[in-house]
Amino acid sequence: MTTAYVPLDTAAVAAGADSVAAALVAAGVDVVRNGSRGMCWAEPLVELDEQGKRLAFNNVSAADVTELLQQGEGHPKCLGDIAGIDYLHRQTRAVFNRAGALHPLELPRTTVLEECLGREPESLIAEIETSGLRGRGGAGFPAHIKWRTVFDTPGEQKYIVCNADEGDSGTFADRILMEGDPYRLIEGMTIAGLATGATKGYVYLRSEYPIAAGIFQDALDNAHADGLLGSDILGSGKAFDLELFIGAGAYICGEETSLLESLEGKRGEIRVKPPVPAISGLFGAPTLVHNVISFAAVPSIIKHGGEWYADMGVGRSTGTMAFQLAGNVQRGGLIEVPFGITIDEIVNGFGGGTRSGRTIRTIQIGGPLGAYLKPEEFDTPLTYEAIGELGAGIGHGGIVVFDDTVDLARQAHYAFEFCEVESCGKCTPCRLGSVRGKETVAGIIEGRDVEQKLTIIEDLCEVMETASLCQMGGMTPIPVMSAIKRFPEDFRR
Amino acid sequence: MTEIDPESGDLAREIARQHRDRVGGVLIALRELVARFGYVGRSHEHVVADVFNLSRAEVRGTVSFYHDLKTKPQPPVQVRVCQAEACQSVGARDLTKRVESYLGVKLGEANDAVSLDAVYCLGLCAQAPSMMVNGRPLARADLCDLADEIPA
Repeated sequence: MTTAYVPLDTAAVAAGADSVAAALVAAGVDVVRNGSRGMCWAEPLVELDEQGKRLAFNNVSAADVTELLQQGEGHPKCLGDIAGIDYLHRQTRAVFNRAGALHPLELPRTTVLEECLGREPESLIAEIETSGLRGRGGAGFPAHIKWRTVFDTPGEQKYIVCNADEGDSGTFADRILMEGDPYRLIEGMTIAGLATGATKGYVYLRSEYPIAAGIFQDALDNAHADGLLGSDILGSGKAFDLELFIGAGAYICGEETSLLESLEGKRGEIRVKPPVPAISGLFGAPTLVHNVISFAAVPSIIKHGGEWYADMGVGRSTGTMAFQLAGNVQRGGLIEVPFGITIDEIVNGFGGGTRSGRTIRTIQIGGPLGAYLKPEEFDTPLTYEAIGELGAGIGHGGIVVFDDTVDLARQAHYAFEFCEVESCGKCTPCRLGSVRGKETVAGIIEGRDVEQKLTIIEDLCEVMETASLCQMGGMTPIPVMSAIKRFPEDFRR
Repeated sequence: MTEIDPESGDLAREIARQHRDRVGGVLIALRELVARFGYVGRSHEHVVADVFNLSRAEVRGTVSFYHDLKTKPQPPVQVRVCQAEACQSVGARDLTKRVESYLGVKLGEANDAVSLDAVYCLGLCAQAPSMMVNGRPLARADLCDLADEIPA
């Protein structure tokens, strides 16, 4: 009997995967709901198992099902064997190597955790240090420094907190991981707990991801039932417990101190740093806060060794990065590759240019607080250092493509508007700067006192950048000033 | 102060009590209240303040901070259209106008039947523009027939 794989991932469901699965079941096919391969442009991506070979079909609708089953490889939507698809074949999947293979809860248990239970914390931290892993949430801070700080800071109760408040436009890697391979995140956080002496962990997930919440909660329940979590992990006598916490709609809660406030049940207002969470985090206790992908990289690093990970990438940007290509692009999706690939290879190589067929005018890299870049800069290798030299940042790896219909003055206006909507309100530069910035750009768009207003914007951005308490206000100037600097003609019409 | 019926107050108290000893219990309880009643009423806030031994201002402050914690009853159909950059790049503004005219409601407004709100990213950025209808995500919403996707 034929088995069909139809993803249960949000990207597939939002494109109609549930009705495709129902049509396949009605046709007498055995349906497995797998995670997503990350080829979002092809969702629902259906795979038919033909004697061990998994034939992939892109953008399948329920109406396609009968012909799909009859014609198999000859169907126009057939992309061939999933293993041979160029988009996936050209990637190096160290974190997403299992996502999409099976139902996320049916993925086999690994032996990595068992191995870690027998290792000393120091050796685990050393492995992370060797790997050169840097935080994948946006700041790119060396992971081992946080781990060692939490380990070294005295405290009766220490915490591991996973930031899954993936609010950046153009990003969805955390979601695909949690929906496709949730055990990897549990494993990574548990290992972090063993290494730092933390026995309690929380995953803070945004409420906009209900499907991820359901899958991850099931995975947690299974892990508890299998003794992988709790007061005596696999009979080792070591403890680590993990809970899922759902946010309530606030972009700022992706900022780690705001997230901790929210996790304590309060307004998600940011805290002044220092002290950093590794010293005084959740309820004032030493807390390791990482993004989903940072934790999810840990099992592979432990399994293959820190040197294996460090051998990938360039310079101090080691390992792989899960780039997320989005916006006006033909083939947007998850692209996990070693650091060092150029922007052009991602945007044109993987992405195939714009979906509209028009010329690319700009990309925004690193989310709503990221810079707008010009096509002339697309030969820049994607490393923390090289992108930093452009005055930009890789952030969480989101790249949003815009064609030549984009109005960068309008994008600058939006950057301030977004900051106004999502500011936590604690500091003045962000709370008021965003409003004044929005009003001033509106005036520029209307053509009133443009030069004077551009000077005001520049001053305002300097104040926001230097005087805001966190990156929300501190980095809103990046999209604004990058747009003004690279596309001055859009502000002087 | 708007009063709600005592029965609802009792249920709210029960919900709040269930989460009293949990980390982040206040937020969990408030989310549950929204799930149960569709919004957090003033008297619900007082119940939560009482159960968690907080001031009413603290609870109010928390409620007012989060987009999801509605303070008014919500209509049966709730539509959210993504306004973030990836969706903007492929026509979120046009989609928003189309939805506004279809529903007869402006973004950020509501009537008895339907609410239309902005959302900033549903994680469907490679299949933009996107929207959500009563919690159900829709990719490539520009290609959708709104009459099929939005309950009348």
